[in-house]
Amino acid sequence: MSLVADIASLRQGRRRKRRMGLAALAAALMAGIALTLAVGQSVTPPLTVMATLLGVDTGGDAFTIRVLRLPRAVISALAGACFGMGGVTFQTLLRNPLASPDIIGISSGASAAAVFCIVMLHLSGTIVSVVAVAAGLGVALLIYLLAWKGGAAGARLILVGIGISAMLQSFTAYLLTQAPSWSLQQALRWMTGSVNGAELGQALPLLLALGIFGSVLLALRRDLETLAMGDDMAAGLGVPIGLVRIGVVVAAVGLVAFATAAAGPVAFVAFLSGPVAARLLRRNGSLLMPAALTGAVLVVTADFAGQVLLPARYPVGIVTGVLGAPFLVLLIARDNRSGGSL
Amino acid sequence: MTDIALKLDRLSVGYGDFPVLDGLDLSLPRGRITAIVGANACGKSTLLRAMSRLLKPRSGRVLLDGVEIHAMAPRKLARRIGLLPQSPVAPEGITVFDLVSRGRHPHQGMFGRWRREDDAAVAEALRLTGTGPLAERLVEDLSGGQRQRVWIAMALAQQTDILLLDEPTTFLDINHQIEVLDLLTDLNRERGTTIVMVLHDLNLAARYADLLVAMAHGRIHAAGLPRTVLVERMLVEVFGLDARIVADPVTAKPMMVPVGRHGADPARAAIHPMENAS
Repeated sequence: MSLVADIASLRQGRRRKRRMGLAALAAALMAGIALTLAVGQSVTPPLTVMATLLGVDTGGDAFTIRVLRLPRAVISALAGACFGMGGVTFQTLLRNPLASPDIIGISSGASAAAVFCIVMLHLSGTIVSVVAVAAGLGVALLIYLLAWKGGAAGARLILVGIGISAMLQSFTAYLLTQAPSWSLQQALRWMTGSVNGAELGQALPLLLALGIFGSVLLALRRDLETLAMGDDMAAGLGVPIGLVRIGVVVAAVGLVAFATAAAGPVAFVAFLSGPVAARLLRRNGSLLMPAALTGAVLVVTADFAGQVLLPARYPVGIVTGVLGAPFLVLLIARDNRSGGSL
Repeated sequence: MTDIALKLDRLSVGYGDFPVLDGLDLSLPRGRITAIVGANACGKSTLLRAMSRLLKPRSGRVLLDGVEIHAMAPRKLARRIGLLPQSPVAPEGITVFDLVSRGRHPHQGMFGRWRREDDAAVAEALRLTGTGPLAERLVEDLSGGQRQRVWIAMALAQQTDILLLDEPTTFLDINHQIEVLDLLTDLNRERGTTIVMVLHDLNLAARYADLLVAMAHGRIHAAGLPRTVLVERMLVEVFGLDARIVADPVTAKPMMVPVGRHGADPARAAIHPMENAS
């Protein structure tokens, strides 16, 4: 067999494995959504769930499923996908898993801006999302400028980001104390992320964000991966570096900010999805889609666990935080030894 | 088609206020091997980066077949000129075959599907560099010499007629240095690839290059056949080094031997170390 044929069959084999990996993730997501729809305080039989989704009036079950469970599942899946794809984009671009938007303060920026709009300016709806996106971009720019010293180096950028993130989180906490009527539920949403009280109306902006920013990222995925090999190499391979970098950052910040405006800064989802997806797919091809699916699975199952499996009911951000924190420690410990990336 | 592949026309390049290249004129012959030598910080790497459009000239031009490279679309230029930077970074967990496939980037459209000819180009690059048996290995598990061959394979998969390499032999053992330079010579002879490389080792540069370029302080000090460039006066002027030139016993090309402060010390040279020990 010739080398060309070997190469072609090698590639086909890897493509098949990738499709299988993606299909498995999609199946896990479907299973998570189905569980969220069927199980809560009470268990609804699958047929009743189907009937309700198809528009049959099933009385009390219709309320439980359409108003309580469906928005929860949909917002969780969409926000998780946004976080996952936005996160892995940053991690790839900056060649460091610690450079995810929830660690370097982009989520906290979007979150602080959203809280400011809601608490201080009494705004709601799309305008909040727009301000959150603007704040996310502003924070990204600020970190970049502060970390700039004849070129933005990865480690400095991350440390500056962690500092900014801490400041923004205390600002959010301060804002929440200024709102006497604020309930603990809502406070938790903006501190760690939650899909309690999610409404289907929130799905449309998320869907649009995922559609627009997601397509931009998918279109630039090869350029993004080439950029991860260094600017010199990327330029040598014909990547218009400046343009691609701006496009990718704006799209990734957009995804994270829209998701944050809908579900709050759900802890560590942007950070976890990429590395988890990379291990699941054994680094086979672009990580954007796998990370989006992983993020969705993560938020849907973590929310399900927080609502049903654990003894008390916890918002999703607490559950993902508990999952993410040990991983963060592990990653820092490992990186200090070997300086590895994703 | 002229026999000049790349032409630098009064090229000046700088970082910030600091000029690195100062009005360079140079013609690089098509289908030949050019080696650029010079002391540290003389602008060798900057020259290579300017030739691959990484740096925008302050003034002057870089011409590829008479067309200014800054006027060309990035992808189109990347189908003509390949660049292997000094210490390229391989993404963690990438296989040899995936890395080499990335050389096909400029040949693919935004949503371009992988075609038969892409597989053929990758296979050819693996074959030429002898990295076929490594295809499924992880790049990080390879030895330095193997890794460098893989990077060259990636540049070959790009299928450019001009290849720029920034110190392709750094950090390699001498046997691997020879292996890499022999491989580049094979490419030049078999495919007519124009090769322009920055080299640290003057003797290897003189041995493998058709055209030797010596740079000093952002200017071309001398450019020509190795025997006209690698001369004692150049070594003094460019490197501040006192050395003798002898003929390489294998190729008869010029070879330099540094004098150094202790070079001709008859008292020590006469004593055989083993005799001394007994």
